[in-house]
Parts: sequence; C-alpha cells; structure tokens
Amino acid sequence: MEVKPEVEKKSKDWEPRILAFLCRWCSYAGADLTGSSRISYPPNVRILRVPCSGRVNPLFILKTLRAGMDGVLVSGCHPGDCHYTAGNYNARRKFAVLSRLLEYVGIDPRRVQFSWVSASEGDKFAKVVSELVAGVKALGPNELFRLNPSKQTAQGPQSPRQ
Amino acid sequence: MARVGVFVCHCGTNIAGTVDVQYVAEEMAGEKGVVISRDYKYMCSDPGQNIIKEYIRLYKLDRVVVASCSPLLHERTFQNTVKAEGMNPYLMEMANIREQCSWVHKDRAEATAKAIELIKMAVAKVRMNEPLFPKRIPIERKALVIGGGISGMQAALDIALVGHPVLLVERGPSIGGRMAQFDKTFPTLDCAACILTPKMVDVRSNPNIRILTYSEVESVKGYVGTFEVKIRKRARSVDMSKCTGCGECMQKCPSKVDSEFDLGLGKRKAIYIPFPQAVPNVPVIDRNHCLFFTKGKCKVCQKVCPAEAINYDQQDEMITEKVGAIVAATGFDLSDPNDYSEYGGGRYKDVINGLQFERMINASGPTEGHLKRPSDGKEPKTIVFIQCVGSRDENLGRPYCSKMCCMYTAKHAILTKEHIPDAQVYVFYIDIRAAGKNYEEFVRRAIEKYGTMYLRGRVSRIFEKNGKLIVRGADTLSRGQVEVEADMVVLATALVARSDSIKVAQMLGIPYDQNRFFTEMHPKLAPMENVTAGIYLTGACQAPKDIPDSVASASGASVKVCALFANEELIADPMTAQINPNLCSLCKTCVDVCPFSAVIEEEVKRPDGRVQKQMRVIDGVCHGCGACAASCRPGAITLMGYTDQQIFSEIESLAASL
Repeated sequence: MEVKPEVEKKSKDWEPRILAFLCRWCSYAGADLTGSSRISYPPNVRILRVPCSGRVNPLFILKTLRAGMDGVLVSGCHPGDCHYTAGNYNARRKFAVLSRLLEYVGIDPRRVQFSWVSASEGDKFAKVVSELVAGVKALGPNELFRLNPSKQTAQGPQSPRQ
Repeated sequence: MARVGVFVCHCGTNIAGTVDVQYVAEEMAGEKGVVISRDYKYMCSDPGQNIIKEYIRLYKLDRVVVASCSPLLHERTFQNTVKAEGMNPYLMEMANIREQCSWVHKDRAEATAKAIELIKMAVAKVRMNEPLFPKRIPIERKALVIGGGISGMQAALDIALVGHPVLLVERGPSIGGRMAQFDKTFPTLDCAACILTPKMVDVRSNPNIRILTYSEVESVKGYVGTFEVKIRKRARSVDMSKCTGCGECMQKCPSKVDSEFDLGLGKRKAIYIPFPQAVPNVPVIDRNHCLFFTKGKCKVCQKVCPAEAINYDQQDEMITEKVGAIVAATGFDLSDPNDYSEYGGGRYKDVINGLQFERMINASGPTEGHLKRPSDGKEPKTIVFIQCVGSRDENLGRPYCSKMCCMYTAKHAILTKEHIPDAQVYVFYIDIRAAGKNYEEFVRRAIEKYGTMYLRGRVSRIFEKNGKLIVRGADTLSRGQVEVEADMVVLATALVARSDSIKVAQMLGIPYDQNRFFTEMHPKLAPMENVTAGIYLTGACQAPKDIPDSVASASGASVKVCALFANEELIADPMTAQINPNLCSLCKTCVDVCPFSAVIEEEVKRPDGRVQKQMRVIDGVCHGCGACAASCRPGAITLMGYTDQQIFSEIESLAASL
C-alpha cells in the first residue's frame, strides 16, 4: 500500500496540468459517462463543476493560469441544448474575446480550449481531454507567472509578478 | 475556522482498485481545516452514513467532504446524511473520485495523486460554503401530457384517476397513436382496436382530462410546479361544438390523397378522420389538399354538412396554461427507406414495412384485412420477412436493437398463415430476442405450429425478376447461400426517435442520447424521471418499447407526477443569484444576459427619503445558471453555491499542489 515514493517518482517528468470547467447538465454528466463506460484518458485533468458554461467568468480562466495550471478547458452543452437556453452562447462569446486578451498578455491562446460535450458523449470527452493534453504538452509548461522559471518558454518576456 | 471531515469511499473495489484510498485519507488529514479524515468500504451504505453522522457529533464537524462517486448519483444521499445530524445540507461537498478518476485511469500512483487533488479542491470549496436554505414554491396541480398514444393516454388516465386535471396534447387529428394502426397484439393475438378504443373512450369521457388534438406545444417556460406552456391549437376548419360526426362531408369531398395513417396503402379525403374510431370523431380539413383552400372553389363539405359545422375562416388558437408537471410521451418514427437501398430503398412496391403489413391485415385497413400485393392486388403465396433492417447496424450509426421486431414478425408470420393457409413464410433473422412474458413460447408457436421457416442470416440483396422479388441471403446455420422467389417482402425497419425529437428536447430542456431518444435521469433507478425536475418520460420516446412496457412506464411516470402533486409545496434549489446593491453600478448587463428575465429594476426608498434605483433577482424565477454573475463588471452578483470565492478557492488549492 506504499504509494508515496511512486507518486514522487512520477512527478519528476513534467506533465501538463489542466483544469476543466464543466457544466453540470451536459459536460459533467458526459465526463461521468466516460467513467461509467470505462474509457481512459490522461489523468492530467482536474474537473470543476459549474452550473453552466456561462457561469465561467473569464477571470476564473486567468486565475487558473495565474495559479500555474498549464491549460484550461471550458465545456458546455451543444448549441441549442443549454439547460438555461443560452448560457453556452454567452460562454462562447466571452471565450472569443478572452483568447485575444490572452494573446495580448503573452499566453498562447491554445492553452485555453472551449468545447461542447453532451451528457451522452462520454467518448468525446475523453477525446477532447486527450487532444488538449497533447496540445498543451507540446506548448510546454506555463511559466509566465512563476518567479523562477525553470526554463525560458516561447511565451515572450517573463513577468516577475508573484 | 471551519472543521471539515473528509470521508473517502472505497466503493468496493470500484475506487479502491485503482486509488490507494487509505493513503488518500491519511494525506487529507493534514489539509488546512480538515479535522478528521477516514476511509470506508461503502460510504453510501447505512454503516457508512452512520460513520459520517457519528464523526459529525464526535469531532463537532461543521463541513463534510465525501469523496466517492458522482454527485449526480449521491449528492442528495449525503446531503440527507448531514442534515440528519442538524447540519445544513449545503455544507457538504462531494469529490468525484470514481467516474472522474478511478474508472478512467489505470495507473495507481497517478490516480491516487489525482484523487488527492480532487478532494483538496472539494475541501477548499467547502470551507467557503455557507448554509443555504431551500425556497418553497407553490405547485400547480395540473399535468400536461404530450402525445396521445397508448403511453400518453395511460399516463393521462392514471393522473386523472387521482383527481388531478390533465391536459392531453396530440399533434394528429385523433388520439390513439401507433397502437391504433396495429391489427393484433403479441403474444395474445387480441385485436389492438378492441383493447385500445375503449381506452380512447375512457380518456374522452374522463372529466379530469382535456384533450387537445391537432395541437402542438410551442413553448415551455418556468420550472417544476409552475411551468407555463403555450399550445397551438391548429385550425381544424370544423367547429367541434357543432359537428356530429355523421361523415357526410368525407363522403362527398372530391379531393383524394394518400392516407398517412395507412402509410400510403390507402386513400383519404381532404376532409377526414384518420380512422373510423377516431377520438374526437370530428374531421379536419387538410388545407394543403382541400380544393377550396388550394384553388378557391368547391365548398362541397359546407354544402352537405347538416350541422353547419364547416368553418373555413377558423384560425389557429393559442392556449396558455400553467401546469405543475409534464409527461413526454411523444413516441417513435420508422426509419427512412433510404437506409436500405439494398432492399430497393422504397422502389419496389411489394417490399413493404411492418407497419404497412399491419394496415394491410387490419380489417378496417385499406384492403379490409386481405393480404394483397400492392403492385397487382394478387394474393401473395410466398412472403419473406426480414428482421433487423436498419437496427443493430453500425454502418448506419444505429447500433441499438429495435426490440419489438422479433415479436411482431413472429406475429405477422402467424397471421399470414391464418389469412392464407397455403402460404410459405420465411423469416431472415440475426438473433431472436423474445425476452418477455410468454414471448419465447409465441415465437416457438410461429415456428412449430405454423411452420414458419426461420433462416439465420442477413439478406444481401432484393431484386425484381419476372414479376417476383428475388431475395438473396445467407443461411449461416447451413452455411449456404439462399435465394427465395417471393411475392412480397416485409421489412422489420428500425424504430427511430421522432424526426423532431431534438426540437422537443430543447423546448423541454431535457437531454437526449446519440440516437436522439430522450434520456432518463437514471437508466435503472429513475427510468421515468428526468434531470429537469417536473418532466417525466414514458413510452418509445425514450427507447423502443412495446405496448406492455409503454403502459407500465406510463403508470410509473404518473405515480411520479402524483407524488410530486402530493407535496403541499415544492422545495426549490437555493442556488440562485443575489445582487449586492452597494456594489452594483446599474449597468444592467445582467438583465441582458439573463435567459429567464429574473433580474428587475426596482425603486427603494432610502432612510433619508430619497428614492434609489436598485437591481434585484426574483428568487422564484432565477434558475441559477450564473450567467449574470459571470458578466457582472463590478462583481456585485453572487451565485449561491457557486460563488466566486468558492471557485477561486478551488483553483488556488490546485496552485498549492504545484
């Protein structure tokens, strides 16, 4: 039952860490279906449940990146399927504006992904996560907000903000 | 300082098989605010829940985190557990370490590390949780049933039986649904009309049921207890209060069109009732085919109507009703002939589908119950039935089984032999699925007593040759090719969701699956319920269902409706938005983004006598989506249960593990 050494060993190789904001009606239930269908996906993703993708304030995404996470996924219901009729459209609009801001502040917008996953798309959720993990892996660690970045990344000048 | 208890569930080996739960529990003990952390085999079991209760008392816990399965499954369970100890149920959070961790990862170390982070997030959130108090909302004790087939009728009757008013909305001109098209029913072979039509009369004569035929639900607003529905009652062009149902108009109408009810095998008039036992027995004018509506002259029906019931000026009528619960019983469609181009794709007249066969052998059908080839009207002597046409077909993206085809094909085989004793009947099948009461015996009867030739294999092709249909297929049991010269072929075509099922799902705000069937709350434990509270499902709108299953699910849905109505008032989720007027800048972005018009501007009198404008969220109208909170520039809006502080706290917990 001794796991600790193993955990430590693993953490030495860099793996991207991703936070997924999932709406409780579609995508969170879709991620549950991925589980009950036993479809594997990389363990890099942490899931945060929100009532609707429209609840995701762009500030949450910035905070997540500021906290040192390497990627963010926001996933909601398909167009037209929103439990609250139009929250996913709000989210999409916010996301479009946000990705330009990310570019401006020097964060590769590809670190932030938006997707539609319904409650019946367990396989799609696994696919979205796998693709995002692979994409973020290729981008390297998000070190824009770190005091002592381990290496220079292709993200432009490093900010010494804490 | 919060006193959090963390309870890590093994879920047998479901979690413990991949996650080192003991280690996780030990790790959590050192987390900020965590007073006690332990694991147990089944947290949701009675002893498991008792551990939580005992620890709340023992350690004076004021927050609880349960790390187990999805909150969609057991959030209510554990909320009730902490509530029993006097804790506010909203001070309990769940960490989903089964569906979103142990079931999707294989590496024990990685899964364990992830489980720890997920629980840390939940701990970070729960520390910010505040007690919330559910709101009470009144119930409108009236139900809306959408669809007047056997499911919808049964649901309406059962709800009405308890004494609640029911609104039964049917799109077609008559109630009765698919079952009205059937001839006999398996496995008893009693005639569908003999058991259906009395039920239709029951529905019509029940004082608690209001039937709206030729009508469609156009919009649904509101939520459980107080839905507001708008129904379009299409213009019938016949005054229902005057019409006596004598049928004179239908006899004299000169315009003939293919009957939808007979699936093109027979004709109807432009003014028609779909079948003789229709309820209500009041015809409608099909304005697309009526000579008066298309060419501007005729008016024969008006001239012959002794009751002066014909009204060409009738307009669609919009009806608005408040209902407390909605039952969706919208039924199914048959798959498109294009799905089976190898069988002619609808080109061959003598290749028909199972429902057309039902119409043909129905005594009140287009051929008055005589089996006739549609091409030349001759009696077919060799009939081939093909099962699984368009079902269980990955190529069509339709892997599911249509469920009743095995049974109705056996029924058709028996009925064919009863109509034409010297007929030779072949059935091509993949598997026989006859898992129902007396079902297997029924199929055996078709084979043994009626001499039906069952051939196990698929048909690759059908083509015409010398006025016969050549059916070429495989017989996998004798491992050979088979070719049958048939007079008629009957395809057991797939049952599919209604063509507009997605539109209906979006209107009701309910989920649907990859086959466009409506999704129940839980496939086993809540098969009639829906994640959208107050909406219930019954019949084949969920998945292919036969009559017994449809009736049973209808009664099941009705009990759920009646149980809902038995409450004095409903408890509504307290997770709604609140506006802090001191921070609000009156920009009104919230008004623009709110899909429910729940944000209003009001004037309040300040202590100094001046009137101040202020924004307020109407509690009963807010659904808690949080769009306003996410869009509020000064940050004046808080969505209870998902506050900025809670979410920030979750995010920061992840930073700590960097």
